[in-house]
Amino acid sequence: MRTFPRRRLAAVALAAAGALLVTSGCSSDEAAGDGKITLTVDVFGQFGYEQLYQEYMDANPGVKIVERGTGGNLDEYSPKLTQWLAAGKGAGDVVAIEEGLMVEYKANPNNFVNLLDHGAAELKGNFLEWKWNQGLTADGQQLIGLGTDVGGMAMCYRTDLFAKAGLPTDREEVSKLWPTWPDFIATGEKFKAANTGAAFLDAATNTFNTIVLQTAGNAQGYHYYDTSDNLVVESNPAVKQAWDTTMAIINAGLSGKYGSWSEEWVSAFKQSKFATIACPAWMTGVIEGNAGPEASGKWDIARVPGDGGNWGGSHLAVPAQSKHQAEAIKLVKFLTSPQGHIGAFKTKGPLPSSPQALADPAIVEATNAYFSQAPVGKIFGEGAKTLKPVYMGPKNQAVRTEVENAVRTVELGQRSPDQGWQDAIANAKKAAAK
Amino acid sequence: MALQLDARPPVTPATGTPRPAGSGWWSRIDAKYSPYLYIAPFFVVFAVFGAWPLAYTFWVSLHDWDLLGTDPTFIGAENYTRLLADVDFWHSVVNTLGIFLISTVPQLLLALWLANLLNRHLRLRTGWRMAVLIPNVTSTAAVAIVFGVLFGREFGMVNWLLDLVGIDGIEWKSNRFASWVAISAMVDWRWTGYNALIFLAAMQAIPRDMYEAAAIDGANRARQFWSITVPLLKPTIIFCVIISTIGGLQLFTEPRLFHSGTNAIRGGPLRESQTLTMYMFENAFAPYYNFGYGSAVAWLLFALIAIVAAINVLIIRRLGAGARPDTGKRKGGTR
Repeated sequence: MRTFPRRRLAAVALAAAGALLVTSGCSSDEAAGDGKITLTVDVFGQFGYEQLYQEYMDANPGVKIVERGTGGNLDEYSPKLTQWLAAGKGAGDVVAIEEGLMVEYKANPNNFVNLLDHGAAELKGNFLEWKWNQGLTADGQQLIGLGTDVGGMAMCYRTDLFAKAGLPTDREEVSKLWPTWPDFIATGEKFKAANTGAAFLDAATNTFNTIVLQTAGNAQGYHYYDTSDNLVVESNPAVKQAWDTTMAIINAGLSGKYGSWSEEWVSAFKQSKFATIACPAWMTGVIEGNAGPEASGKWDIARVPGDGGNWGGSHLAVPAQSKHQAEAIKLVKFLTSPQGHIGAFKTKGPLPSSPQALADPAIVEATNAYFSQAPVGKIFGEGAKTLKPVYMGPKNQAVRTEVENAVRTVELGQRSPDQGWQDAIANAKKAAAK
Repeated sequence: MALQLDARPPVTPATGTPRPAGSGWWSRIDAKYSPYLYIAPFFVVFAVFGAWPLAYTFWVSLHDWDLLGTDPTFIGAENYTRLLADVDFWHSVVNTLGIFLISTVPQLLLALWLANLLNRHLRLRTGWRMAVLIPNVTSTAAVAIVFGVLFGREFGMVNWLLDLVGIDGIEWKSNRFASWVAISAMVDWRWTGYNALIFLAAMQAIPRDMYEAAAIDGANRARQFWSITVPLLKPTIIFCVIISTIGGLQLFTEPRLFHSGTNAIRGGPLRESQTLTMYMFENAFAPYYNFGYGSAVAWLLFALIAIVAAINVLIIRRLGAGARPDTGKRKGGTR
């Protein structure tokens, strides 16, 4: 029988080929058997792109989109992204870059595709001017990322806890409770006196960041670094003012001390352990994700104490290591188009950085069912066009970490406000020098 | 993990092995070089994954090297001099040694006690023996996350139980000693059973007649344990101490995942439980991305392990001198 071994040989060859196919399918991002190109998108938190991906894949049958990192913490995402870029391997075809880290990535622009070489210049009018400039290198020669969202500020609060404490629950009336931060503290003291079993706010660190971005935006437009990249934590009155306001909040005992983004913070959402949280537009998606469907309709949104402010917001970039640059650039242009901004806003609430999208009825008239039908489009959209951005210097993330950490030590009673301030200055200097 | 207690080669084969006739130079080359070929895989793998990264890390540590930067500048030993004056570095050294001590000592004592229990005639003996190993099979990450929740300040079960007996909740994550205890509990939960099984295996090698003789002489169980079992287990205990030392000084996953949320790599607001490996990560990666400085931390960690290992060897020598001749011979294999 000569046919038998030969057939067996063929079977072995086939199996080996199959195994090869399988391994190659796993080890590289080349598409599997159906000949599609797979584009990987790396994000953190909630970008709200699910619907848009589906739309894009329907219009482009040759492309399959995979998103990684949804719901994750920025603190865990950014080191991973940096490692992928340093190693020259591993990053997605499209990556999200948060504004606080943009400066560090811009310092080494070779890691990214220059979007200006791919016809992005004509899209300039689609973005708020400062948002566009954030994605541009200092010499203006390379565009690293196209803007996604901005973090227009508001104050989210729980209507059920406010009712329990005898405070108004209507968003207009609640907004009138706190035109300024001292008013906010006074309201908090009333809330605290009512003994609802919940704290007034989640964590002093989150509140501090809100206040510092607001005061800095309204003053010189920078906080930890001035625009010539000198560390000014100690001398910038905006930082000290935000620090003092935060200390007043801590002294009044208003903080639940739930370390932001920790397991406890998430549990506190679930068990309605605090009544307010400073919420940039993107935070609404985070609240909904953490508090879960059972809290639907119990949250509402009022205006932020003080005046405006911007916290966060991202860009989408294409790493130079991507094997499908052309397709990835096309996807970035789609996701950051005014329609892309509107789609993301509808899904998870990140506020558009595109004036066209902000003026669109789909945004202006948008309400959020989870937040008691609050007119989110109006609340966040109104301030967005006049947002005063804050400049972020080279080691912004590390310095911010040190200052917020000092807030945390005071909040936990490990340091007095004065000691904490000294720590903040010393550690920020150390971090900036590293 | 097999323990090679005697590192010396077995009896050397007789010299002058007969060679196949008429094979000339090829067989000479074969006889001369093929042994090198046979042992080559280890050395090649070690060179690629051991020696090269070690040397490269050293090279990196002599530079001001931003992780994303393209042109690192050579700065000589500056990273090391800065590191030696860095209070946060020494703080993490103390944390590492502290956690190591309060996890290892109770762990080994408990393991010894467990092994002694398992060595008796129990019903379902195999079942019990397997049961003690189960914690070791679970993933470290899962253990760390669950313990992180158990030791939560407000929603944690441990503080809830303390509250039931009228003790105020403890800040497990921002109190230095409490966080050491919590992390040690995690390490012990995972590794006690493993060490118990190693002790048990060694205990079973102790001849029964020694216990019988002791019993006839009127020694009770406790006396038998301390006068027969423990002395004869000395080499095994030393082995377990060394393995625990290596693991303890490199502790990372447990303390890292014990903390969650913003900047968990810091190990608490005042770096209460930041270990050396966490400090290395914090510097080489987020939020500092200072690859050179992180590499210098890695080298000093290496130095620290070398020092502790040297102390171990000294202790072993001293203990070995006092041990019985047949166990003293085993001291050669320390790893």
